Amino acid sequence: MPELPFELPPLPTIQQVIFVMIAILTVLGALVVVLARNLFHSALGLVTAFFGAAGVYVVAEAEFIGVSQVLVYVGAISTLITFAIMLTRGMMFGATSPRNRQSGTAAMITILIFLVLTALVGAIPWPQAGEPIVEGQAIIAGLGRSFVNEYVVPFQLLAMLLLVALAGAIVLARDRK
Amino acid sequence: MLSQWGFVLILSAIAVIIPVAAIVLGHFLGPRRPDPVKNETYESGVETIGDTWVQFRAQYYLIGLIFLIFDVEVIFLFPIAVAYADLSFFSVIAAATFVLILILGLFLEWRKGALEWN
Amino acid sequence: MNWSDALIQFQYDLGAPQELSWLIEGITYFIGAFILANAALVLALLLIWITRKVVSRIQDRIGPNRVGRYGLFQTVADAVKLLSKEDITPSTADKVSYLIAPVLAVMGVLMALAVIPFGAGLVGADLNVGVLYLVALGSIGIMAALMAGWGSNNKYALLAGFRVVAQLLSYEIPMVLAMLAPVLLVGTMSMQGISQAQSLYLGPINLGLGWFIFLLPGAFLIYFISALAEAEQTPFDLLEAESELIAGFHIEYSGMKFAMFFLAQFLNSFFLGAIAVVLFLGGWQGPFAGQIPLLGPIYFLAKTFFVYVVIQWVKGTFPRVRVDQMMSFAWKVLVPLVLALILAQMIIMKLPTPMWLNYILVLVANLAVVVAVLNILGKYFQREQVRSKRAFEPKSLIGVMQPARPASGD
Repeated sequence: MPELPFELPPLPTIQQVIFVMIAILTVLGALVVVLARNLFHSALGLVTAFFGAAGVYVVAEAEFIGVSQVLVYVGAISTLITFAIMLTRGMMFGATSPRNRQSGTAAMITILIFLVLTALVGAIPWPQAGEPIVEGQAIIAGLGRSFVNEYVVPFQLLAMLLLVALAGAIVLARDRK
Repeated sequence: MLSQWGFVLILSAIAVIIPVAAIVLGHFLGPRRPDPVKNETYESGVETIGDTWVQFRAQYYLIGLIFLIFDVEVIFLFPIAVAYADLSFFSVIAAATFVLILILGLFLEWRKGALEWN
Repeated sequence: MNWSDALIQFQYDLGAPQELSWLIEGITYFIGAFILANAALVLALLLIWITRKVVSRIQDRIGPNRVGRYGLFQTVADAVKLLSKEDITPSTADKVSYLIAPVLAVMGVLMALAVIPFGAGLVGADLNVGVLYLVALGSIGIMAALMAGWGSNNKYALLAGFRVVAQLLSYEIPMVLAMLAPVLLVGTMSMQGISQAQSLYLGPINLGLGWFIFLLPGAFLIYFISALAEAEQTPFDLLEAESELIAGFHIEYSGMKFAMFFLAQFLNSFFLGAIAVVLFLGGWQGPFAGQIPLLGPIYFLAKTFFVYVVIQWVKGTFPRVRVDQMMSFAWKVLVPLVLALILAQMIIMKLPTPMWLNYILVLVANLAVVVAVLNILGKYFQREQVRSKRAFEPKSLIGVMQPARPASGD
């Protein structure tokens, strides 16, 4: 058997294959958001991207975050976005152009964010999981414990923040007479 | 643990294939005689006037916003419920305060009439 | 013994290579998922038959009785009929959302099968986040309704789509909070864990009667009402309202695409009942279920079918509510009550008093909630009765039919 000039990469594990599939799905969804001529289709693309993000969380063994992602982003936020689209005349049917004067600026900012994120991912010394992650149940319980022990002040502040958001929602959405 | 989600993945694939297969089957088994009147929007036999867009109440949007906020708060309660058995009394009071603030928000809405549907 | 472990072991015994473990696991899961999903399809036919039989009995009719024994094959005939119907796509519809919506509706419902425990070791995937997973699937149904409503490009469909989303969103909050009560008690979100916790040991024998409904009747009642709304069943079927609106968000659908929405709705009612069984009615637990494993699935299915029949009973009995009543019942009655219930349970179970006293206090709080909900419902139905009586009794007639007074002076 002749020596190869380079070493063959190891076969991808099934998790890696699934991750790549999910990643492709996410990127495709994101592309639809940007490129679709119909605003509702953009919203559907966004939902696909949200699902993909949830899938990435699950593959990373963060099931709770993954399920929360679906619950909050797919269930609530995309519904809100759709409502907002439908409440606005003109936006509902008929094509909108994905291009306008801000395309150039937007592209530049996006590329910048991409570069910064890539640099960050490369720079951070990620902790290597030496042993398999503890049981999923314990992770969720640990999360719950830290909400009411170490992070009790941020937790209460969060409740206040949500209360303020609620008040803001009422002020914004109430019919002005 | 991850392999459990493998089952979910496979089930989701099957759950997509079943309705797609049924619809494709129905498409080919049924007759196909399209005509312009049949393909019109159904409105009890009357031709549709104007856009599908009619005035929607902003109330729907408000319900969506309220739901979003409650949804986020409920999600925070679930890990606490899982950890409940080994929480101290003080921690439980902290969680209870969280729920109390939630109730406060609900009454705020009630007072401001955001829950009225008229 | 878990079913998947047993199946994997069986394949190794047949001589499957150890290094292909992911493939073996995949085959195992595929077999399990395939059986489950197809069983659900057959189940749907049975469910539609049950619904028609129950509702017709309530309305003093016989119901389907021609095709097969007891009309059992009526739904099969209906399915074949739907299969032979023309597949119409309205010319103004948005093709993408119009076509994806029915698929999504069925998918969101079928995926609930993954975490429902049918017996000890008989659960597709015993996820740690089982309860939240089930709630999250609801968002797929919401998206399907929105897509169908918007994609049909029909005023009725869009209006109904908006309404159904508002209803699903409003009742999701009390439903999730009611599901929190058993989780708080057990300390796990796994459906199998919750089932297992509802055993009751009398010495070494598992009576399997430690059902949470005995301790949390209030949470169960709120879950049940919210589940009715989530399943779009009769008191809350105002988005379908056959006699008022035309059909709801699936008005433009015909043939198999319509059948998919129909299928999704019936299976959804059944699964919401199954979740109620797991969370509150002991799941597969029952007398001697621990000794004889075969009893587990039997108990589970018997209870779930019972809950399903009760749902149909409600459907045949109660009048439909109005939109404003539906919304205010969710936000002004159910949400405050269930929040108070969770708050009470959280604090009571940590009190330094003896445990049995804590349990009694929780039960008392739950009973108070049950009384409150039933009171409000009773008052509402009384009002409705008076209102409908007035609507049907012309005042003039009432005047005529009064007994004639004897003329004075005679």
